[in-house]
Amino acid sequence: MPIIQTPGGPTWQRRTTPKQLIIWFSWLVGIAVVVFAWLRIADNDLLWVYMPTVGREATDMVSRMVPPKWSYIDVLWKPIWDTLNIATIGTVMAMILAVPIAFAAAVNTTPHRAVRAVALFIIVASRSVNSLIWALALVFILGPGILAGTLAIGLRSIGGCSKLLYEAIEEIDHKQVEAIEATGASRLQQMAYGIMPQVMPTFAGVAVFRWDINVRGSTILGLVGAGGIGLQLSGSMATLAWTQVSMILIAILGTVVISEYVSAKVRHAII
Amino acid sequence: MSGSSFDTSKPSGSFPDTWKKPPFIKNKTLRWLVYLAVILYFAAAFGTMDINWTRAYEGLPRGAEFIASFFPPTMIDSNGVDVSGTIVEGILESIWMAIVATVAGIILSVPIGLGASRNLAPTPVYLFCRGIIASSRTFPEVILAIFAVKLFGFGSFAGLVALSIGTIGFFAKLLAEDIEITAKSPNEAIESTGAGWFQWVNYAIQPQVLPRMIGLSVYRLDINFRESAVVGIVGGGGIGATLKTSFERYDFSISATILLSIIIIVMMLEYSSGYLRKWVQ
Repeated sequence: MPIIQTPGGPTWQRRTTPKQLIIWFSWLVGIAVVVFAWLRIADNDLLWVYMPTVGREATDMVSRMVPPKWSYIDVLWKPIWDTLNIATIGTVMAMILAVPIAFAAAVNTTPHRAVRAVALFIIVASRSVNSLIWALALVFILGPGILAGTLAIGLRSIGGCSKLLYEAIEEIDHKQVEAIEATGASRLQQMAYGIMPQVMPTFAGVAVFRWDINVRGSTILGLVGAGGIGLQLSGSMATLAWTQVSMILIAILGTVVISEYVSAKVRHAII
Repeated sequence: MSGSSFDTSKPSGSFPDTWKKPPFIKNKTLRWLVYLAVILYFAAAFGTMDINWTRAYEGLPRGAEFIASFFPPTMIDSNGVDVSGTIVEGILESIWMAIVATVAGIILSVPIGLGASRNLAPTPVYLFCRGIIASSRTFPEVILAIFAVKLFGFGSFAGLVALSIGTIGFFAKLLAEDIEITAKSPNEAIESTGAGWFQWVNYAIQPQVLPRMIGLSVYRLDINFRESAVVGIVGGGGIGATLKTSFERYDFSISATILLSIIIIVMMLEYSSGYLRKWVQ
């Protein structure tokens, strides 16, 4: 925090002048990029054709969706159960596969640098591809249904879980591992008794956190035919049954709120 | 000292000579109940899953063929037309969408995040802002995009709206949580100088939450780019539209190119976000 000499005496400024200039320049570049990006999106003639009808469309849609068809919930229980199963089994699958990948990706436990590079690539690849795209591909292979959805959720979650796990492994206390090593334990035993107990709380926390995300994610997989409540959603929209659509949205809202409540409770119990 | 004078026989019973890892759940009854519940759940889940194993099994060779058809990734479609222009255009559109959605979402998130902090806002405002956050967090971007497409027509503007709303749920929630755990002493120090509410927020709260928020905004940019690849599937523009077309035309080697480009861009964003965070702090 420099003091600048001015004719009126020394004054305090938060930053030096060059630093201030750099910050202003970064703002300028940032704003220019955003404006340019916006212009590219607004450069669409059709958009301005649709714009005047937005209000009418919105009121039209709402009037078709109200009141929700409450009795439709009887049909929805099974899809909700399926959705939860997709999320749960997908998370379990991802956590099981994430452990070896995380150990391979953490600097302090990786067997070789090449292995680490491969593990990091798996993590990024799994994270970059949305579960909906995984599902789109898996429906081609396994046929439409829950299996494709579960695998899609699992494949998508491997990256997220491994990333959080390997960061936790890198932050462990090494003294405990050295103590285990001093007893003559093998590398595998060191991992099991020196590292695992330290990362177990993170492990459980990550699983619950991911499960919560996956419940949200699995509600839409049905849009590409991969099971769950999304199937009903796309079916109802295709048949323009808007009162059913609003009922499904309420059911999704309920499922997500309950899953969030459960995961918050479990996380408090663990930590 | 000879070895014989040293008693190496085990003092029987007084010390345990084996060690077992303590179980994860200490209470024995609770532990078995949890195991039982887990087994019952999985039995029920798999029992009702209604998986067509024959179909899945039949699909496996086709799956191998399917995966093989991804390689090598190309930019030439099945009619021999070079589609690299379309791919680049789609990716650029996704990038523009992600940038504008992140900025618009953050601008909208700041007042909502301030309103959703327990230590800043009166209860009615708090509940209202929490309600906005909860409802925007509930629905995945794809569902938001379906409705945005209905309102604004096909194209990137609908995707932009969906991603911006999704950003509010993420950013405002984390901002509010970060504000709630700010240190009390700087807040009181600024308050005691007689600062107004806006000055107080700007000089006491803002410096405490800004570094984390900058990191989070880059992270959200990364999420928005990835999500922009799926809002296209329901008509929200961007690379998702190109990807879906390539799937529908069975041009899987083009899908592979698109997926690889998404992965590479996400990787680049991840590295640059690390650098940016270091530079800011």
